Parts: sequence; C-alpha cells; structure tokens
Amino acid sequence: MLKFYTSLLFFFLLPSSFAYAEVIHQERSLYRNILVEDTGDLRCLKFNEKSSQTQQSCFFKSRPQQLVFNYTKLLMASLLVNPEPKRILIIGLGGGTMSNTLTELYPESEIDNIEIDPAVIKVARDYFGFFENSRINTYDQDGRIFIKRALLKKQQYDWIILDAFNGDYIPEHLMTEEFLAEAKALLSENGILSANTFSLSKLYAHESATYKAVFGDFYQVANKTNSNRIILVSKQGFANYRIDERIVDKLNNKLTRYGVDIKLLYNNMVYTKNNQDWADNTRVLTDQFSPANLLNVK
Amino acid sequence: MGIELLGGRILAPFFGSSVHIWGSIITVFMLSLSLGYLLGGKLSTRAASLATYGLIFLIAAITILPIALFGQWLMEMVFLNIEDSRYGSLVASMVLFFIPTVILGMLSPYSVRLLVKNSHESGQVAGKLYFVSTLGSALGTIVTSFYLILWFDINVIIFSFSVVLACLGLSAIFVNKSKSIVNMEPSNA
Repeated sequence: MLKFYTSLLFFFLLPSSFAYAEVIHQERSLYRNILVEDTGDLRCLKFNEKSSQTQQSCFFKSRPQQLVFNYTKLLMASLLVNPEPKRILIIGLGGGTMSNTLTELYPESEIDNIEIDPAVIKVARDYFGFFENSRINTYDQDGRIFIKRALLKKQQYDWIILDAFNGDYIPEHLMTEEFLAEAKALLSENGILSANTFSLSKLYAHESATYKAVFGDFYQVANKTNSNRIILVSKQGFANYRIDERIVDKLNNKLTRYGVDIKLLYNNMVYTKNNQDWADNTRVLTDQFSPANLLNVK
Repeated sequence: MGIELLGGRILAPFFGSSVHIWGSIITVFMLSLSLGYLLGGKLSTRAASLATYGLIFLIAAITILPIALFGQWLMEMVFLNIEDSRYGSLVASMVLFFIPTVILGMLSPYSVRLLVKNSHESGQVAGKLYFVSTLGSALGTIVTSFYLILWFDINVIIFSFSVVLACLGLSAIFVNKSKSIVNMEPSNA
C-alpha cells in the first residue's frame, strides 16, 4: 500500500513501466521480504509483496541524481526554512537516495542514517549506490533508541528527517508525543524536523494534533496528485517566522537538476494556523495511547 | 497474555521495536511461567485451600501494579545502564514481568489440586483446565490487541487487569468462608 498513488502516477507517466519488471535481488530479512526490481531504466526497492504498491525507494540508473518519488521532492521544501543544514539525521534509510542527494547538495555536511533492518542497509549499498564516507554514517538501530542515546551524548542536529515505515505505516512508537519531544530536544537552535506521512484515514487528525501539541503550528507540503504530505516543524516554532523569498530563487538554481520545482513547493506550503483541517479536540498520540495502525484504516 | 501483549508497547519507547524485544518478552514469560508452575505445584501439597488460592490472585493483582506505577522509572534506569538494547530489553522485561508472571503461573497447578477429587478423573480435570486457561489466553490476546489499546491508555488497562484479579481473589476467599460455614452446620446438627 506504500506509495500507492505514486505508483499509479508511474503507470501513466512512464512508458517504461509497461516493460517487463525483472527481479534482480530477493531476500527475506528479519523484518520483511526485500525485493529489488528493474523495470527498464528504473530500479526500485520493494518490501513484502511483488505488487507495484509497495515501492520504498526508486532511482533511474542512467540519472541517479533525479529524485523519483514525489515525497523526496516534497522533503526539499524543508530547505526553505533551513537552507544550510550542517548535521542531518535520517531515520529510515530505504535505498539511501535521500542521503545521496543531500551529500551531493551539501558535501560538507554530516549525515547519520538510521535503519532498523541490516538487510536494507546492505541492499542500499549493493544495488542503489548508497554512498558513505567519514561524514556519512549508518547505524542499524531503532530510530527511537538512537535519538534517546544521542540525547544522552548531547548531540544536536540541524535537520531530522523521519521516514521510517514498517509494512503498514510509521511504527507506533515513532508517532507519539513523547517521541516527538525527544526529537525536538535533539534539534539545534535553528533545527527543523520533516516527517514523511501519507495517512488518509482517521490517523491523519491524530497525527496532526500530536505534531501541533509538541511543536505548535506547522507547515505542511502536499501535492495534489497523491496522498503524501510532509509535516515541517521547527524548534523555534513558526509563530514569528516568515520564509525569506530570496532563498526560493537561490534554492531553485540548486535543485532543478534533481527534478525539484521549489517555487511550486513554496506555493503549496500550507501553514496550519490558518488552515487547520482537523478538530481541535482530537486525541493526541502518546506512549500510553498509540493505536496508530488500528486507526489507519479507511 | 494481555500483559504480555502490552509488554511490547511498554518497552518500545526505551528499547525499540526490533525483533529482540519480542524475544525478550517471550523468554521472560516462558521462564517465569515454568517457575510458577513448579512453585504452584509445590505449594498445593501443603494444606491446599480456596483461601490460599484467592490469596495468590490478590498477590498477582498487587505485583502487576508496579508495571504501571514505576515502569517508566525502572526502564529509564535500565536504559541508562545497559547500552545494548537486546540485554536492556531482557533485563527490563525481567524486572517488570518476572514476579507477576511467576505468581500467575502458580494458579494453574493449584487449580488442578483444588478441582481433582480422585485420581482417575485427574486427566480430565487437567484437560479442562488447560482448555479454559488457554482459551482465556487467546481471548485476552485478541481483546487487548484489537480493542483495549484502541480505547484506553496502557496504564488503565493494567489497572483494570489488577482490579479483575483482585475481585477474583476476594470472591475465592469469600466463597471459602461461606463454604466452611455451610460445612460446619451439618456437622453441628
């Protein structure tokens, strides 16, 4: 079900998706089935089933820097708020495309990638050209534990990207008020956090209410063609904040080659203070109450 | 089983949702149940009575309370002292679940002792008991995972389990008392 709409989009946009899909690697890890599939020029990482609905990460072999998934492009809107992130934390590796792109954009920045499944890390390295060096590190750990330990070590990040998914959705313990408070404490003074979410169900309201409870009003970036939405929050909150329009032009030059239209993203950003689309009394998700996957049914 | 299922959720904030979490929880539950069976059997050889049976329920009700009351604090201590989340989760589930599960495990053999009147029906009684307790486990699992966590806070569920256990214990003690009164009357007559 992951990226269902995105894959629909593929179906119509890419003639190559009609080509024969060839499975080039398949393994059963501790957590899931992992499949690497080539369809013409497009290589995708899939979890669980052989359907087209479970793509986790894709790239074009001939144009590896082009971002394929809509949500990875949406994530770039975060740069409008914090254009020079020095220390980046990515929870949920997938094929490692986000890390690769950010490495290219910010060669001086440090990136920590956290992935619970060692098999996914290996597949990212072997099949997706996932790039690591002394500044780009990968840890096979649960995201929540990494954040708790990082807090103890007094580390800080300028940008935290939440992109962890299990078979169904985001793991419950990575959606709670307590978790978000821990992540917030890990942000530097101008730090931001972006979360990739796509719930269309009752969970949408709970998820939104929880982010608001911890960070105050936030920006969301969505694209009308599919259900992905990026929640963008900052340590300082956005109450006294306006995006500097000069940054838009500056970023535009940088991001065009990745297939990112930052002007479009800028126009699509919605501030929840004026556009809250869930009820004020929605129950916040906590460690005590987080039936996320039960709520995430249509 | 209801508590075992909640165990995964209680531990997740500190020890994550890796496979070893369930490994730890199931190990601790199996270990403590096996010890509980042994102890319960031993206890049943000494003047077995419904009153003692009820007392085991009451003790179980009390020993699950720390899971809700001091769970956070206990898990934080373990988290700070053990870096490896595998052993961390094992120690934490030991600290939280070992004692109450031993106590709950004692109930099974004790029930056999109370229900068996003569040796030729012992197999049937044990069979019925296994039937009831395993069916109860199945119900506890499905009700907790499908509904209770959707409606209530984890702590509320644990407090309710405790109240149910305490009520069962008290009614066993009460029945025991009224029985002994009933037993006394005919002997007086």
